[in-house]
Amino acid sequence: MEAGLESPVDEDGVHDSFSQLIAEQSQNGGPSDAFQLQQLQRHLDEEDRDNVAHLSSPGRDLRERRLRQRDVQWEDDERQGDPLLGERWSSATMRILSSMPSRTIGRSRGAIISQYYNRTMQLRRRRQSRPAIRDFSHSARPSIRGYGMEADSTDAEVSKRERLVNNLQNLSVSDRVRMLRAMPLNVAEKSELRRLALQKEKSTISGSQIPCCSQLKYYIIIGARQSWYSWLSFLHSLQLGQVALKRVSGRFGSGVLSYFLFLKTLLFFNLFLFLVTGVFLVLPQAVHPPVLPAGRASFSGLELLTGAGYFSDTVMYYGYYCNYTLGRSCMEADGGQNVSLPNGTRLDCVSENLTYNMPLAYFFTIGVSFFITCIILVYSMSKSFGQSFRIDKSHSILAMKVLSSWDFKVIKKTSVKLMSENICTQLKELLAEVNHKHVKNTRCQKLWRLMVHGLAWAICIASTTACVLAIYYFSGHMHQKQSSRSTIDPLLNEASLLALPVVVSLINLLLPGLFNLAAWMEDYDSPSVRTYVSIGRNLMLKVSVLGVLCYHWLGRVAADPKMIGLECWESFVGQELYRFLLMEFIFTLLDTLFGEFLWRLFSEKVLKRRRKPVFDIAKNVLELIYGQTLAWLGVLFTPLLPAVQLFKLLLLFYIKMSSVMMNCQSPRKPYRVSQMTTVFITLLCFPSFLGASVCVTYTMWSLTPSSSCGPFRELKTMFQAGKRWVEALEKDNPNLSVLARAHSYLVENPFFLFVGAGIFLIVIYFHSQVVDGQRKIIGLLQEQIQNEGEDKKFLITRLQSIHEQKRTPGRRLTSQDC
Amino acid sequence: MGTTASQLGKDLLSEYQELTFLTKQEILLAHKRFTELLTKDEKDLPNTRVPVERILTLPELKSNPFRKRICHVFSTSEYKDGSLTFEDFLDLLSAFSDSATMEIKSHYAFRIFDFDDDGTLDCGDLEKLVNCLTGETDDTRLTTEEMRQLISNILEESDIDKDGTVNLSEFQHVISRSPDFVSSFKIVL
Repeated sequence: MEAGLESPVDEDGVHDSFSQLIAEQSQNGGPSDAFQLQQLQRHLDEEDRDNVAHLSSPGRDLRERRLRQRDVQWEDDERQGDPLLGERWSSATMRILSSMPSRTIGRSRGAIISQYYNRTMQLRRRRQSRPAIRDFSHSARPSIRGYGMEADSTDAEVSKRERLVNNLQNLSVSDRVRMLRAMPLNVAEKSELRRLALQKEKSTISGSQIPCCSQLKYYIIIGARQSWYSWLSFLHSLQLGQVALKRVSGRFGSGVLSYFLFLKTLLFFNLFLFLVTGVFLVLPQAVHPPVLPAGRASFSGLELLTGAGYFSDTVMYYGYYCNYTLGRSCMEADGGQNVSLPNGTRLDCVSENLTYNMPLAYFFTIGVSFFITCIILVYSMSKSFGQSFRIDKSHSILAMKVLSSWDFKVIKKTSVKLMSENICTQLKELLAEVNHKHVKNTRCQKLWRLMVHGLAWAICIASTTACVLAIYYFSGHMHQKQSSRSTIDPLLNEASLLALPVVVSLINLLLPGLFNLAAWMEDYDSPSVRTYVSIGRNLMLKVSVLGVLCYHWLGRVAADPKMIGLECWESFVGQELYRFLLMEFIFTLLDTLFGEFLWRLFSEKVLKRRRKPVFDIAKNVLELIYGQTLAWLGVLFTPLLPAVQLFKLLLLFYIKMSSVMMNCQSPRKPYRVSQMTTVFITLLCFPSFLGASVCVTYTMWSLTPSSSCGPFRELKTMFQAGKRWVEALEKDNPNLSVLARAHSYLVENPFFLFVGAGIFLIVIYFHSQVVDGQRKIIGLLQEQIQNEGEDKKFLITRLQSIHEQKRTPGRRLTSQDC
Repeated sequence: MGTTASQLGKDLLSEYQELTFLTKQEILLAHKRFTELLTKDEKDLPNTRVPVERILTLPELKSNPFRKRICHVFSTSEYKDGSLTFEDFLDLLSAFSDSATMEIKSHYAFRIFDFDDDGTLDCGDLEKLVNCLTGETDDTRLTTEEMRQLISNILEESDIDKDGTVNLSEFQHVISRSPDFVSSFKIVL
């Protein structure tokens, strides 16, 4: 960090703490000491012109300085039982120490101004707007002006300020605003600097002849900036549930807040998907409804749960969408779209008005929305990772805990007390861990621990496998029953469709409880390991459940839809996903009700404990991720599913908010917010989004769409819609054959994929080497700073000893080692 | 540059927007909350200074163990009594806002933790800091032995030049390795 090259000028603020102390002691020290030191002053060359009466003899405990390698002597009575050992310095040395740049950089205005002067100079150099020679001080040699060689030490603060103002004025507007904002001065001083900078700018602008286009540019820039500020304010005012979030963070801190922020992130993803599918798919199809087959079911209440029945022939599902190009003139001409055209041809009447190629739109909308979601996810994941990853692997757990763990957002008194208790416990635990690192376990104990871990993992894996097999056989069983059951009461038929979702949601609810029990008997080294193991087990369960369900839908149902009498397997899969999403929501509500509300009542009234249930952040976030995976899986089959998910998340936000405020208390274990947020975003990207997009890609690439419904009927795969379009383009316009050929090479030839992946891996390898190099440099710099510290100590002790030697030898002083 | 009695002028508002990290809504809300702290006759004076006891009645600061230090650090009064004008209050909110840079936050955190205002965190400062963190009651305080060990561990971990104190650069070095600092050093009205 560039400290000011000049030593800071005397300012009142620097000596503030000492003036009181020194004044206090000068009352006790007596006049003789001050007088002798005054004589001494005249012999020494001191740069300061302080009033000598303020100095006093070394006496009571001024700040101690602790030196490891030196023998120290200390006087008990004068130290007042201070347990820390150290040298005692004379007040002159203390004064010099207190005005060292490293100590005043945080406080003196002059130091801050000179620091920012250097920074603005560097910024100007970087931006290539070289400072004019006349801006430099005259003392620098002309040949080296502009290379940062200013080393004047006697500049008054005023001229430093002038130079800073000059630099500010020469920066661009956004740079200036950023510099001014980042300065740690108070608003009055910053506005003074700004006023000076603008004043000069106005005078230069009005003075010189500015051509009209750059003046226009100036006004455009100002107008753009104003509109940007108002846009930011508008966005800020739109914040959802700001008051509620503040209440939660005021009571529970950042950990629980991160759950709600994650929920908001998912809300935005779903909003984006909903807008895209709504505008490009739902709206055009709703405006041009196709002719529906006869025998449509009437509305009974069961549709809301099963999604079938009345809903199955609505715009909600894949089966409703047309496979031809929509256009208004055709509808008028034929009086109803009874015409089902083969895919390649186009009617003459269509070409006169706005047309909308539905299969192509469907294909590209899903593809592009997934692509954009992928980009946004990868970007936020890498940003989050960058914030929480640190190159330097040194262990400074205690320092970090003490210096940065206080959460200023917490404002409720009881929560503050709880936080203090938590910090105290964690500090004691960390101290014990740091200072008794090697608790040697005997071989027997290690073996025992390993056995317990193995047993717990065996229980978890066995129960997961058992549940997965159960789902597999049960879904197969339901599949069989479905095919043989079409004659029984249709309502019962529909209700039996709910059986599989209920079973899966039950498993998702109960099995994590079993995992918790298994983890309870285990003994972990640290609480974060425990959290990660629990997340890993839950993840394993959910991934396997989703895997077997995908196999069931895409492998069983899609492969042979005729077996269960399905005309349109995609709509069926869409309905299944709707049911699963809804059941998951209902079970989350039940879990909130029983797990939090009733448990709190039970523990208060029956068990008479004052501790409320703890809000388990990891479990709730994993449930959100599971729901989002289902939503992503279902977008292809049910374009309105993001709307359902949006609605569900909004309800969940407010329900969870009120449940947390009423029923829960904040977690007692330390929760590293930034790391956990990164983990959750990574989980959202990798297993969740990746899995969903793999399934969707597989469906589009390899599965045969149903032949009697949907926008891709009579095609071999959904992907062919894109290919056909490219072929049609090529036919219409032979100049675009290059595009078509490029398309077929890039998309279908795996060679490019390999080359791309290879380049990517090489780039990653280079970056990791750079990171290693930087780690080594950090180590070297730390050593260098340590050496400089030794130099500093040496110089100070020499200064002190010279000072002592020049004093009259008869004085009684405590001896100092040299 | 003072504030008028009940309304903030438009140019003043845009100037504050440029100089601090606060948005327009936040500045207006801060103005509203600040004027609520003023008595009737103080409202007419420009640039009034609110004494520290009234500032500490704000719910965001009331239970914070560092409340007095915060007021002291941001106060520009000559008597160093912790009283704040509206601009000092804006400074406070800007440093604790969502969009403030890590550097500003660490700078002010350092000044808040520097209990004796001497430019470094020495053993006395660290001891007072730990006592503030662990609370006022006796059963949550660390014993003397634990405190001594804790402080020596902290200095070992963070004092790079081994002078027995943590100066601003060393503090910023430790803070930059803690990714939770930025999100926890926030006060929102």
